[in-house]
Amino acid sequence: MLEIRNIIKQYADHRALDDVSLYIPEGKIFGLLGPNGAGKTSLIRIINQITAPDAGEIYFNNEVLSPHHIEEIGYLPEERGLYKKMKVGEQMIYLAQLKGLSKIEARRRLDYWFEKLDISTWWNKKVEDLSKGMQQKVQFVATVLHNPSLIILDEPFSGFDPVNAQIIQDEILELNKKGATIIYSTHRMESVEELCDNIALINKSKKVLDGAVKDIKKQYATHTYKIDYQSFIPIEANFLFTIISNNHYQEQSQLIIKLSNDVTLNQAIYYLLEKIEILQVQEIIPSIHDIFIEKVTTHE
Amino acid sequence: MNKIILIIKREYTTRVRKRSFLLTTFLVPIFFIALYVGIIYLTKKSFDETHGIVYIVDQEGSVGNKLESNKNVTFITENKDLQLQLETLKEESNNTSILLIPSDFYDTKAVEFLSSNKPNISTQREIQNELATVLRNYKLEELGVNVENINEINSDVTINAKEISENGDTKESNTEVAMGIAITLSILIYLSLFLYGSQVMRGIIEEKTSRVIEVIISSVKPFQLMLGKIIGIGLVGLTQFFLWLLLSLFLAGAASTFLVSKDDLQEQIMGSSPQNTSSTIDSTSDIMAQNDVMSLLSSVNISEIVICFFIFFLGGYLLYSALFAAVASAIDSETEATQFTMPITMPLLLTYALSFGVLINDPHGSVATWLSFIPFTSPIAMLVRIPFGVPTWQIITSASLLIIGFIFTTWVAARIYRVGILMYGKKASIKELIKWFNYKS
Repeated sequence: MLEIRNIIKQYADHRALDDVSLYIPEGKIFGLLGPNGAGKTSLIRIINQITAPDAGEIYFNNEVLSPHHIEEIGYLPEERGLYKKMKVGEQMIYLAQLKGLSKIEARRRLDYWFEKLDISTWWNKKVEDLSKGMQQKVQFVATVLHNPSLIILDEPFSGFDPVNAQIIQDEILELNKKGATIIYSTHRMESVEELCDNIALINKSKKVLDGAVKDIKKQYATHTYKIDYQSFIPIEANFLFTIISNNHYQEQSQLIIKLSNDVTLNQAIYYLLEKIEILQVQEIIPSIHDIFIEKVTTHE
Repeated sequence: MNKIILIIKREYTTRVRKRSFLLTTFLVPIFFIALYVGIIYLTKKSFDETHGIVYIVDQEGSVGNKLESNKNVTFITENKDLQLQLETLKEESNNTSILLIPSDFYDTKAVEFLSSNKPNISTQREIQNELATVLRNYKLEELGVNVENINEINSDVTINAKEISENGDTKESNTEVAMGIAITLSILIYLSLFLYGSQVMRGIIEEKTSRVIEVIISSVKPFQLMLGKIIGIGLVGLTQFFLWLLLSLFLAGAASTFLVSKDDLQEQIMGSSPQNTSSTIDSTSDIMAQNDVMSLLSSVNISEIVICFFIFFLGGYLLYSALFAAVASAIDSETEATQFTMPITMPLLLTYALSFGVLINDPHGSVATWLSFIPFTSPIAMLVRIPFGVPTWQIITSASLLIIGFIFTTWVAARIYRVGILMYGKKASIKELIKWFNYKS
């Protein structure tokens, strides 16, 4: 869908993007992660052709990214807003026309979306008379109205209450199911694992990590396991594993071990079976949040 | 291209539909017409108030016919008996009086002046003058001087100011009228350049602070947005001027017919009463006052002024609004605007101030001529000069330089604008603006 090759963006006193390359596969939800000021917005602006990179190329469906692709991209900026004095319906039609839709087609699709999100009564209201959450909903419609094949959402859930955040999340998933590729940019990790197929992590203008979520998690597996067992038998460290913690509760105990190199879980369990009655074994998987924190802080 | 038209359409329609636009469009010409009607009315009123009607009871017999009515006094000789005349005086309104000329007037040099309220001084002075003339002529004739010779001695001198144009034609010129029009034009263009320039600025700041710019800019190029906004608001300005022109012409026409027809009506009501004379005077006074204004205006070339106003407004607007756009893109609120708009509008302010002094007193001097060529000052300077007559080649040169000027400012502004609109919360300095200007696009 989108291939970004060796992008460099230099502002007078700092480099916003330093040799960033990304591949965004078709039909996936791609998480663009990074702390504030990492260069996410700079990258998104380049993809939207708002600014141009100093070096590097971008390919959209194997074509060099060019102005006519604008109509295939829908962009929900982090800093959002609408003309406050304009009426909702009129403004939506204007924004759709700027994306190349005809007035009639825009009206038809707006009727569909306004009905779907149950906001038809807002048509003749001025934007300034809507609450912030309502404005966000309207702006979301403006982003997807022209059926873009690539939807770029920069912090889409900020400003939404949990109920409306869920509605918007469902809409995003539905659009994705219908074939739209989605770039989801955020510095909040809560919904990343739930939503994203692939992620890239940008920190201090550089890409530090990218790939499919499940591959990354495998890559960052710590070989740590949690084992619950009967009674209070203490376990000692040995050549198979080190002990991170070993706690005793009323009827049972919990052991957290980290396997030594080249040791499989089976070998460890085989060793333990002779000593204890195992109730449950569970791998401790690092969350994307943990990986994010680790990556960002180790780069400090 | 299609998108630019969409932007122009939005900028234009949202503004034209505003209540404030309709209000200024209709109220301003009404205000000016009210002013115009007011001037005519006041002229007429002061005429009515000071104008005296004097009935003459001439016991001498030969004096009454020699008194000549003028714009301050109307003499009516009916040769009625004094008692009868006093009866009518009681029924008459103000400013009516009786002049009793006794039979021994030529000896006593005294008359009696009877009026129902306090006698009007100017009427008395007129009577005094007229009688003095009659008396003087009588004495001169007694001495054997011919009356026609006397009239020849009393001669007024009038100055007919004429202007010689390039091709040797002469035309009537009236410096006071030209000055009046020049000052009006100076005020009008100065205010409208500021008015519409700051509308461009406010529009851009609104887009920036509301962040709608992010969405728009992902659909159109910044340059398209800037140009669309400037053109759209410029068209609003032209629409307003055009409507003002149209409305003024319409209202002026309506006002004239109203004034005339009102007097016709008055005449019909009065019928053939003795006051007939006074109502005729009323309507002539109207026409006289109107004609004064009209004939003064006709001494200047109105259509040339209107065309030049449109050209120089448009040129000046495009030049300055581009600069306003650049400034607006660099700031986050209107309060920050002053430090940048000051240096930009300095030439405009300076020319405006000069237009009341050196430009108007010496419209063809070197200061005025140079200022009317420099694009930053020419919109005001040239319009101030035009009522005094400017050679066509100068107007064309000045307009061409203005076009080059606004192409240049638009180019500079666009380079600053494209960077500025995406910078939030950054305090811009002149140094920063130069840096933005040099960014690669």
